[in-house]
Amino acid sequence: MESLLAVQGQDFVLTASSSSAVRGITVLKPDDDKSQILNSHNLMLYCGEAGDTTNFAEYIAANISLYTLRHNLNLSPEATASFTRKQLATSLRSRKPYQVNILLAGYETNLGKPELFWLDYLATCVRVPYACQGYSSFYCLSIFDRYYKPDLTIDEAVRIMKLCFDELKKRMPIDFKGFICKVVDKDGIREINI
Amino acid sequence: MSIMEYNGGSCVAMAGKNCVAIASDLRLGVQSISLTNNFPKVFAMGDKTYLGLTGLATDVQTLYELFRYKVNLYKFREERQIQPKTFANLVSSTLYEKRFGPYFSFPVVAGVSNDNTPFICGFDSIGCIDFAEDFIVSGTATEQLYGMCESVYEPNLEPDDLFETISQALLNAQDRDCISGWGCVVYVITADKCIKRLVKGRQD
Repeated sequence: MESLLAVQGQDFVLTASSSSAVRGITVLKPDDDKSQILNSHNLMLYCGEAGDTTNFAEYIAANISLYTLRHNLNLSPEATASFTRKQLATSLRSRKPYQVNILLAGYETNLGKPELFWLDYLATCVRVPYACQGYSSFYCLSIFDRYYKPDLTIDEAVRIMKLCFDELKKRMPIDFKGFICKVVDKDGIREINI
Repeated sequence: MSIMEYNGGSCVAMAGKNCVAIASDLRLGVQSISLTNNFPKVFAMGDKTYLGLTGLATDVQTLYELFRYKVNLYKFREERQIQPKTFANLVSSTLYEKRFGPYFSFPVVAGVSNDNTPFICGFDSIGCIDFAEDFIVSGTATEQLYGMCESVYEPNLEPDDLFETISQALLNAQDRDCISGWGCVVYVITADKCIKRLVKGRQD
């Protein structure tokens, strides 16, 4: 029972990941960060099979920094998504596929625009303005559908995110122990309190 | 639940008089949850050769990338565009390579050959080619598309009439399918040009 949310605004992407780490019926940790920084302007949120998730995220992060060292080239969000998809697609038809679902939030520094990608463990990759992973999609996608607009400011995005948290608190039978929220924009990645 | 119906999506191709049309819906979802209304399933493989891919979205993307790579190499090697018939055989052999662990996709190829004859064909997931003179359908709205095509299709249509026919066939078929829809993209290919049109549909 994990939950990832993200919404893209006019010049940023706001992300949130549930902060409880759960195994079976036990909460192991109330402040688990389900995100991995890939480079200065790319953030990957992940959920799925415990073990696969962190292993895969670190594998992608390491390979992206290796590529940057070799070619002296910072990967764009689209390139990052493309690389991640290829790795997942190869893994899908292997003996033991990674079971990881991903939201990739990034800021394209050359064009000056934010980008958000939704990937599942089958390696379906799609560019979206807002996205959810996990059961929260049943509740939050409709809220995003209702309140999203392309020129969203950070304050408006935070307000929409709050609506999502309230809805999850109200309608879901489990406690996510709050959410860790991050913003990706031209200045890089930073954590914010909502 | 079938894996062919996990993401949803439909595609149709029709042959006219010295022209062909190929169209697909724009939805991508995970079973009943819609994720995006901007996921076209028709891809250009040459000036006058187009490929439609339905089925599992990950294989749609993987196959598109694979065929783009193969067609680009073909262009470099041969210094000419690939013909629809040649491309159909390339699709067939590529799919059969994975005979015992197939891609979960039923492709459609549509194009106009160098001698201006229209060419359309469909495939099953392991590369068996289904040549057709009239129309080819594929995807989760297959039954509805067969019904629509059988009733509205007529041979030797001009490009504009063919566009109208294929659009009506697809729009009305996908309205009766929960996991296809959200608008469609239609390509009409003639000897000298190809026109791409985005058609608005019901957004529910």
